Amino acid sequence: MASPSDARSDSVGLQRFGLGSALGARAELRVSARDRLLAEIDRRVLPQPAGVPFSGAAEIGSALYAFEDREKIEREARRAAETKVAAAPPVPGPSVPATSQNQMAQPNPANAKPANAKPVNEPALPYRTYRDEVLARTRLALEAETGLGERMVQFWSNHFCIGATKSNMTRIMAGAYEREAIRPHVFGRFEDMLVAAESHPAMLDFLDNRLSIGPSSPAGKRRGRGLNENLAREILELHTLGVSGGYAQVDVTNLARIITGWTVVGREAVLGFPGSFAFNAGLHEPGAPAMLGRHYGQPGKAQGLAAFSDLANHPATADFIALKLVRHFVADDPPAALVRDLSAEFRRTQGDLAAVSRALITSNSAWKAEPTKIRSPQEFLIAAFRALGRKPDFGQIAGPLNAMGQPFWQPSGPNGYPDTNDAWASPEGIKTRIDVAAGWGRQAAGTVPDPRALTEDILGPLLSAETRQAVARADSKPQALALLLMSPEFQRR
Amino acid sequence: MVDDDDDCERMTPSRRAVLGAAGALFAWSFVPTFAYAAAGARDPRFLLVVLRGALDGLSAVPPIGDPDYAALRDDIALTRDGTDAALPLDGFFYLHPAMPNLARLYASGQAAIVHAAATGYRERSHFDGQDVLESGQAGPGHTASGWLNRLLASLPAGEGISRKGVLGVGVVPPLVVRGDAPILGWAPPRMDRAGTDLIQRLEDLYGQRDPGLARALAQAKMTEEIAQRRGMGSEIKGGGGPDSTDGMKRIAEGAAALVGADDGPRIAALAFEGWDTHANEGGAKGRLAQLLGGLDGALAAFEQGLKPVWKDTVVMVVTEFGRTARVNGTVGTDHGTGTVAFLVGGAVKGGRMIVDWPGLKPEQLYEKRDLKPTTDIRAVAKGVVSDLFGLSGPVLAEKVFPGSGGIGPMAGLVG
Repeated sequence: MASPSDARSDSVGLQRFGLGSALGARAELRVSARDRLLAEIDRRVLPQPAGVPFSGAAEIGSALYAFEDREKIEREARRAAETKVAAAPPVPGPSVPATSQNQMAQPNPANAKPANAKPVNEPALPYRTYRDEVLARTRLALEAETGLGERMVQFWSNHFCIGATKSNMTRIMAGAYEREAIRPHVFGRFEDMLVAAESHPAMLDFLDNRLSIGPSSPAGKRRGRGLNENLAREILELHTLGVSGGYAQVDVTNLARIITGWTVVGREAVLGFPGSFAFNAGLHEPGAPAMLGRHYGQPGKAQGLAAFSDLANHPATADFIALKLVRHFVADDPPAALVRDLSAEFRRTQGDLAAVSRALITSNSAWKAEPTKIRSPQEFLIAAFRALGRKPDFGQIAGPLNAMGQPFWQPSGPNGYPDTNDAWASPEGIKTRIDVAAGWGRQAAGTVPDPRALTEDILGPLLSAETRQAVARADSKPQALALLLMSPEFQRR
Repeated sequence: MVDDDDDCERMTPSRRAVLGAAGALFAWSFVPTFAYAAAGARDPRFLLVVLRGALDGLSAVPPIGDPDYAALRDDIALTRDGTDAALPLDGFFYLHPAMPNLARLYASGQAAIVHAAATGYRERSHFDGQDVLESGQAGPGHTASGWLNRLLASLPAGEGISRKGVLGVGVVPPLVVRGDAPILGWAPPRMDRAGTDLIQRLEDLYGQRDPGLARALAQAKMTEEIAQRRGMGSEIKGGGGPDSTDGMKRIAEGAAALVGADDGPRIAALAFEGWDTHANEGGAKGRLAQLLGGLDGALAAFEQGLKPVWKDTVVMVVTEFGRTARVNGTVGTDHGTGTVAFLVGGAVKGGRMIVDWPGLKPEQLYEKRDLKPTTDIRAVAKGVVSDLFGLSGPVLAEKVFPGSGGIGPMAGLVG
């Protein structure tokens, strides 16, 4: 029989490492919570989202290029028609953003409708695909037992983030990127995830490497174009060593040289399926550039792979990943001993993320720490939907996440969403959460028989007398549910 | 509170007047509020706009008069004539054609432009660069509090500016406002607001169980009350984000309404995003032009929304660092060093460029790649806040910008 304090830490553990318990499965889940979490790690393989419109990047690429070609034809036809009507040169108006930057590819209702107009309210292909990917991913998170695997997907997806607002390509591929580059590796090897992320078309587009050309490569000499160091810098700073990991500007520039030629196949399909990854030797900078004091003289793509292998196995990478994991799961101010232990496990196993995850879950300092961290908006949404037994609906996911500042796959920069209380437990952040919780309370009031019973069930040993009383004294069912969702016990983990 | 004698000798007349205001501040807890409007006293407003992603200062304020400019900038160089001509400033520097409002404010003496400026940070990470800019520390790694929060905490307590808190716009407040002094939060509304009864019950619950959440909610309520009195309803929801023209305008309008209120905060920070123009940056038209147009619209919205107090207002626009002097392989620019900062407002002694121009020849560039910084942004910030709020040199050097004793406040920025 578990003692009361064990029951409490089991409950904390489930919220800290998982997604909160799903409706109707709470009491059982709390029995041997830790064993259930560990069993999920041992399975190593996570389920893949079902019902997505495209299997992967290669399939998406053809559809995207076809979509863009169609848009272009329609645009030109429109312009031709307008010119004919106006019979005068167009007046220069406010400039229009480049279509590839910072805007969602939604149909513009202000424009004249082409002959094959899309049905009203049906967004354009990139946004439609994004929507279906968000729904499929959310469904998995709602169905998961403990949700540890899904939490790890969120963590790594944010670590190697791409931004859907950058271009049509990053928006349409955001879900596929996570399915192909992140999800298969969360309990696998870090190095495999690193290579999968940096070679994914979505990343090569997001951080501009598909445009980077070796100045002395055949294409560079012909076109007089050159390097773009964006991806190389973020690989060192954000994906592997961390900003204080001991690299210099010359390492950034040389890594950029090393990965010239890592690109995305264009619509002409010269090097493979349109929209898939390719190494293009014609763009690759010749030579053996040095990174962190070591020269890389391997031919072609192998040069980048060798550099990535060294970065994945660098001690600074182990420290950086360990710090981020502990800060995410345990505390804003991560206990130094726990960070050291995880870093040591990372190095001992050459970045086996199952071993590192196991070390995290089995650590007593991680298990017993007081719940101080506020759930991120995405965690909050999933936990609330699980508690209320809600079905995923895109509007009900995207609207609140936008308002709370954490829509799926669209952080404002390559450093991803923040991970500390001062970001999420801000005055405006809490206020917005209350607005969101009030809305969910209203919507779920009809399906929850008794908010008091639900509160006991959801919070179990965590429930305080004050929260119990606040829920019991609420003046309506929606208000009671909002109080449950906004209670400190539900908000912190 | 008052400067030491050394500082007084260099004091400008305008600065003397401001110290009068500082004295009034000090006495606020003891005198009735009419001291507020005492002759010569100023009830200042200070808004800090952070451009995240590193603004290309050489495109925003092109030195077209520099003989090396056009060649470095190649396809994205701006020109002084033609259909998309840059707007004239002082004959050497020009302003990007997407910024007519700023050009007008500059011409009327209400805007000054600092060029070849940077913080003390000399690496090229956005995130460390922003941390340094916002924490006000000499280097990265200190993210416990921001310099505007410590500025507020350094002002005298009582009924004054410090009680009104610092406004951080956005669901996630910018680091520059975080810290122990009261923070107000506001973001353009996107959801229906919860009822006041639910808020009251949560206040009670947090009061009993969770001091952190209690504090956040109390501060959110303060802003909400001001917003309601200013008639800022939740009628307009949705709209673009802080990297869109419409989003920047809405954010600026909201911040202006709160800061302009009698009982509103006097100090605010907000952030606009999307300035990381590695590829296809564009020249007179294009991606950066679009963003600069958004910023220009936001400046106009500040001027409009703060009209009654505009004469006492300084808006300072800063970014973490600049971009490479030479256009890169993908018709954009990579992370660099020196860039521009803008000072805008009726309180600014404007109509001038503030610059010690380093030149653009290879040996004049920082590490042969970036515009060399010759002005420390901290000197500018210190000059503005010491003029506006009467903070002394030592307080600025120890509390607000720790370790900046060697960087004096720039004099005469506020008139």
